Amino acid sequence: MNRLDHTLSQLKAKGEKALITYIMAGDPSLQETEQLVLELERAGADVIELGVPFSDPIADGPVIQKAAERGLQSGTSLRRILESVRHLRASTQIPLVLMAYYNNIHAFGEAEFCRVAADAGVDGLIVPDMPPDEAGPLRGPAGEAGLHLIFLLAPTSTASRRAYVAKESGGFVYYVSITGITGAKLQDVAGVRENVAKIRKHTKTPVAVGFGVATPEDAARVAQVADGVIVGSAIVRRVGEHGQDGRLVQEVGAFVRSLKEAMQPA
Amino acid sequence: MAIPDRHGRFGPYGGRYVPETLMPALLELEEVYQRTRRDKGFQAELKHYLKEYVGRPTPLYFAQRLTKRLGGAKIYLKREDLCHTGAHKINNAIGQALLARRMKKPRLIAETGAGQHGVATATVAAMFGLECEIYMGTEDMQRQALNVFRMRLLGSTVTGVDAGSRTLKDAISEAMRDWTTNVRTTHYVLGSVLGAHPYPMMIRDFQSVIGREARKQILAAEGRLPDCLIACVGGGSNAMGLFHAFVPDKKVRMVGVEAGGLGVESGKHAARFAGGRPGVLQGTMTYLLQDENGQVNLTHSVSAGLDYAAVGPEHSYYKETNRAQYTSVTDDEALEAFDLLAREEGIMPALESAHAIAEVVKCAPKMKKSQILIVNLSGRGDKDVQQVARIKGVTL
Repeated sequence: MNRLDHTLSQLKAKGEKALITYIMAGDPSLQETEQLVLELERAGADVIELGVPFSDPIADGPVIQKAAERGLQSGTSLRRILESVRHLRASTQIPLVLMAYYNNIHAFGEAEFCRVAADAGVDGLIVPDMPPDEAGPLRGPAGEAGLHLIFLLAPTSTASRRAYVAKESGGFVYYVSITGITGAKLQDVAGVRENVAKIRKHTKTPVAVGFGVATPEDAARVAQVADGVIVGSAIVRRVGEHGQDGRLVQEVGAFVRSLKEAMQPA
Repeated sequence: MAIPDRHGRFGPYGGRYVPETLMPALLELEEVYQRTRRDKGFQAELKHYLKEYVGRPTPLYFAQRLTKRLGGAKIYLKREDLCHTGAHKINNAIGQALLARRMKKPRLIAETGAGQHGVATATVAAMFGLECEIYMGTEDMQRQALNVFRMRLLGSTVTGVDAGSRTLKDAISEAMRDWTTNVRTTHYVLGSVLGAHPYPMMIRDFQSVIGREARKQILAAEGRLPDCLIACVGGGSNAMGLFHAFVPDKKVRMVGVEAGGLGVESGKHAARFAGGRPGVLQGTMTYLLQDENGQVNLTHSVSAGLDYAAVGPEHSYYKETNRAQYTSVTDDEALEAFDLLAREEGIMPALESAHAIAEVVKCAPKMKKSQILIVNLSGRGDKDVQQVARIKGVTL
């Protein structure tokens, strides 16, 4: 069974919500990324998203854009990230999801990428600039390799998009809580609740909410309305601040513990 | 076969590679556009503004002295430089502003490289009373300072983009981020035949007035079709605008001219068909300058409007099906052509258009005197005078 499905169904059985944390691979270096993954797991993350640095990240705000620049500067490539994943699998079985822009995957070759990624120990894939309408070349190879293709829905999504995307998404459905790019501010939890309920009418797949979840308070509020809470820019900002001062692992760990604590059922 | 297909594909190129947040806006835009393009009222309105405001039709001018000097084919210039605001960009900006009004979106945003599309969008925003914000790379703001001031005079906000190569590509990414955030109130007036469907199709359609006029004008002047069309290709909207009406005329050769920068072998250029391979950037699958990992390369051109890592997907399709040929000229060749046209014809071309003229200099002498060549003079060179002075070492 796919590690992602396993973890999400176990959490559901316990009545808990998944904490899904995002870091940019290779920021500040792949070696530190590996340390961060292990610390995120210790701090209570249930699923880890690894961003693949791309030169032109159109869905990302300034925090993740800068992280991608740092990742590229440290010489990070998709191939090297997969080597890190393989290396990590000797010490952890936490579900790992790659978030990569389509051109990096296209350059690798869709079929080869799915084979190598699954073999290295990747469980799922988020491609922010590839709606399911364009997923044709990835769908077959991902299915064969046992990689989930996780698609996104947004506040702007129409009823027909919700029905279509919810059915296409594997592992979880990624609901973007705000009309905007990563790192913007969460505003309307009531609206999130309403949209998550609408998505659930179309699928039994868990729904996780991301973009704009920045504080333990945000995480607690979102945990009440969704199956999973995704935190990216707020963690990546801390990586940026502490990447060079020796307190990186400790600071990121403390923040993620505070998120996890806030999400515990009362 | 009509292209693109209903998925926005020109053969394998094109498509809609965007964040989900934008999908409903693209689907709405496509729906509104498909309905509107058949609407007689809309077409009449568009025609009215193109005639009375833009000044169309633009002349097809026989360049007698240039023809004599080069000693080969008869050279005609399609004078898009005579459009209001000084370039072809306004043909598209008017069309999209009319669509934005129909979609009841009070705010326009646009990216700009050379500043011509930004000026065109700022102009129509002023004319229609719409709010307008223009994104421009800080490198381009420096080399096109005059256009930055023009946009501000027209009442638009110009926002500098200080990321990546600080040129057109980064301005487009920032405009896409703005659109993702403000999609409910904002229409993104993309300036070239780039981006996600329906943009490449819609912008081609709005620009195809260039070729429709040129076809009629050359038939009136010469009684026959031209042998060859030449246009510069950044994103490729002026080229697509000229080519489109001639695509079925198989005997008419079509040549797109990319920015060769310091030379293709130097790596400092924007010749996607010489140095690129298919990939996805900013919403579309097309030829793209990229490294082996799929990271987009930095580009170089003396001309900000051609300094872009990807090219319109329909051009990729014409390249692959051999309907058009693509070549490149260097910065130096473009600058020589700038001087040549100024001195022989009294017309200063935009540095973008000077690339097309440089290709004319190469191929006209090899053609027979009885043959006919149309080159798209897509914009005027006033905006480039300061930069040309700087390159020549002249202090103004």
